[in-house]
Amino acid sequence: MKIKNKLIITIFSLPLIATPLALTASDDNVPPIKNKLVLEECGACHLAFQPAFLPAISWEKMMNELENHFGEDASLDKEMTREITNYMMANAQKNKIVNFDNPPLRITELRWFKHEHGEREAKNMLNKKKLNSYVDCAACHKGADKGYYDDD
Amino acid sequence: MRNIIIILIFLLLFPLTASISAPRDDYLGQLEKMAKQFDDSFSGFSVERGKELYFRKSTTGKAETPSCTTCHSDSPLKAGQTRAGKPIDPMAVSKTPSRFTDIEKIEKWFRRNCKSVLGRECTPIEKGDFITFLMSQ
Repeated sequence: MKIKNKLIITIFSLPLIATPLALTASDDNVPPIKNKLVLEECGACHLAFQPAFLPAISWEKMMNELENHFGEDASLDKEMTREITNYMMANAQKNKIVNFDNPPLRITELRWFKHEHGEREAKNMLNKKKLNSYVDCAACHKGADKGYYDDD
Repeated sequence: MRNIIIILIFLLLFPLTASISAPRDDYLGQLEKMAKQFDDSFSGFSVERGKELYFRKSTTGKAETPSCTTCHSDSPLKAGQTRAGKPIDPMAVSKTPSRFTDIEKIEKWFRRNCKSVLGRECTPIEKGDFITFLMSQ
C-alpha cells in the first residue's frame, strides 16, 4: 500500500519537481511517541521506534518476550511493562493483514523497509557511516525521534 | 568579607556534593550486609575482583553479549555504545559522577545485564566488587 502510494506520488510529482515535498512528507512520516515512559525505557538502548511501524500483535509478542529482546535481557517491572504494552498496542499500525502465528518483530525485515533501503544509495550510506545494521534510524534520518523519515 | 562569602558558599555547597554520593554509599552498605549473609568468609569488596568481572569473557549468557565490554567498551573511562548504536556514558564514577546513585536504576541494570552476560543474576558480592572497581577508576 505504502509503496504503491509512493510510486503514484513519484509519477505525479515528476513534472512538478519543485513542489512534491509537501506531498511526500506525510507518506514517510509516522506519529511521534507522546508517552514519557515509552520514550525513556525503549529509548534507553535504541531509538524508541514509533508504534505505527508494527501491528498490535507484534508489540504484544515483543513485550511478552522482553527477557530475550534480540539477544539481550530488557525486562521491566510489571507495571511499566503493562503501560508500555498498552501504549504500543493502542497506537500500532492498523489495517494490515498479519500472520497471527508469526507476527513480524523486526521492522528492518518488513517488505516495504527492504524496498526503501535496498537501493545502492542506502547501502553506500550504511558503509559510509560504518554501521552494520539499519537499526540506528537516526544515523541518517535526523528527525527519526520525531517521526520524520522523509529526509532521504 | 570576601573570604566569609567564599566560606559560606563552600558551607552551602558541602551538603550538596555529599548528597550526590550518599545513595551509592547506602547501597554499598546494604550490599555489604547481604554479602556477609551470602558468604561467612566475606571480608570486604575488592577492586581486583570487580575488574576481573568487568573484563570477563562469559560463555553462560547470551551469545550477543559475552562481556560487560561488549557495550561498555574496553575501558571504564571511555564511553560505550549499545548494540543499537546509542552512546553510553563511561562507567567510571570519576567520569560519570551520577553512576550508582539511583537504586532502582542500579537494580534494573544489574538484573538485566547480569542475565544477558552471565545468564544469571549477580550475587551481592559481585555487585559490590563491580561498583567498588568503578569507584576506583
